[in-house]
Amino acid sequence: MIPEPFDYYQPDTMQEAENVFQVLSAKGICPAFYGGGSEIITMARSGSIKVHAVIDLKAIPECKVLGFYGQKLVVGSAVTLSQIAESKLFPLLEKTCGRISDHTNQCRITIGGNVCGTIIYRESVLPLLLSDCDVVLFGKNGIRQVKISEVFDRRMKLNSGELIVQFIIGREFINAPFIHVKKTKNEKIDYPLLTLAAMKHLDKIRMAFSGLCKFPFRSTVIEDLINNTNSEIKTRIENAALQMPDLVLNNVDGSDQYRLFVFKNTIENVIEQLGGR
Amino acid sequence: MIKYEGKCIIDLYVNNEVRSVTVWPSDVLLDILREQLGLTGAKPGCKNGDCGACTVIIDGWPVKSCLILAVEAVGHQITTVEGLINAPIQQAFVDFSAFQCGYCTSGFLMVCHSLSLIHPDAPEYVIEEWLQSNLCRCTSYSEIRKAVESILPKNQNQELKDQ
Repeated sequence: MIPEPFDYYQPDTMQEAENVFQVLSAKGICPAFYGGGSEIITMARSGSIKVHAVIDLKAIPECKVLGFYGQKLVVGSAVTLSQIAESKLFPLLEKTCGRISDHTNQCRITIGGNVCGTIIYRESVLPLLLSDCDVVLFGKNGIRQVKISEVFDRRMKLNSGELIVQFIIGREFINAPFIHVKKTKNEKIDYPLLTLAAMKHLDKIRMAFSGLCKFPFRSTVIEDLINNTNSEIKTRIENAALQMPDLVLNNVDGSDQYRLFVFKNTIENVIEQLGGR
Repeated sequence: MIKYEGKCIIDLYVNNEVRSVTVWPSDVLLDILREQLGLTGAKPGCKNGDCGACTVIIDGWPVKSCLILAVEAVGHQITTVEGLINAPIQQAFVDFSAFQCGYCTSGFLMVCHSLSLIHPDAPEYVIEEWLQSNLCRCTSYSEIRKAVESILPKNQNQELKDQ
């Protein structure tokens, strides 16, 4: 049972969603956009967050789109991880979504909810970062479309009341060679010690990580070091390990030293398999 | 736009019947099924989306009823374990002794039933992925897996060929 009840709104359009957000906010009510709801429900039940109203985005047609439009793959923010995995439209995204939580939860978790979550791993953003996708947002000034690098820095940085409508991915990234590795402490279904998504594009390896720091990230500094074929692989990897964007996580699931050990080994396998020698 | 503000009455379509219930918008489906409709087959385990004991089927797909609001289920077809009547998976669980204490059984039944309908030709890795959503602390995993494999049409066709 959730100790503090909240109200529920299910708008049919983006404009309605934005309007109801502004109306509730003006009344001093704290609303939250709601996708699959798993994080909001569990955190509200434990008292970790307080919301007074949720605005469910699942009835907005633009947020439910999943398919190719010309040379672009469009993924609506309210599409579930299992719909993405079952669609088999983008193999790296399929693989990544298929390793978040468990299958039944994947039938509820939406990609927009996962990317915007407060749980630090947010693994579904990794393929989106690697493919330099566009993000379609809707706010009080209407629609805007931006590169993900403009709005994702450690977490999504949206304006108040702004919602994610879609992610748009170029076809050139869809069938690029890729590797997805998720290492956990014990069980297959768990938060990651390290999740790595790597893709080869224009003869360079791109890499994005979750589980290393308290946020997911893609680092062009690390990529430049790893792609520098003028130096020995061991040297490249050691140098890359010195370029973490923040402190490496050090907790009961794995020490910082152990996570770096896993990082180095995994990177070596990625270079081997994607031909970065 | 659909709105639920404060306590309200909703109609849920459960096991092919329309049932009216009074809910707060923040009530999760599990509590409403058990406390208002007396459908206690969905079990409260972790109530955190980890154990799968509360799994029901909504529009054909397995859903943990502790992680969905009752108001979200309006307009959708909900099946609880009470709505499984002579489903092949039930007999298969008996045949393969796929339970011990039985607490997790209804959740597993729902996942296996949904799997058999959505992926009748499920390869091994798909079966594994689906079953990983539920926990059995008596560790009947091997028997449960054999039970679900036995009802998949692809295996039944093989059995016929073998005969």
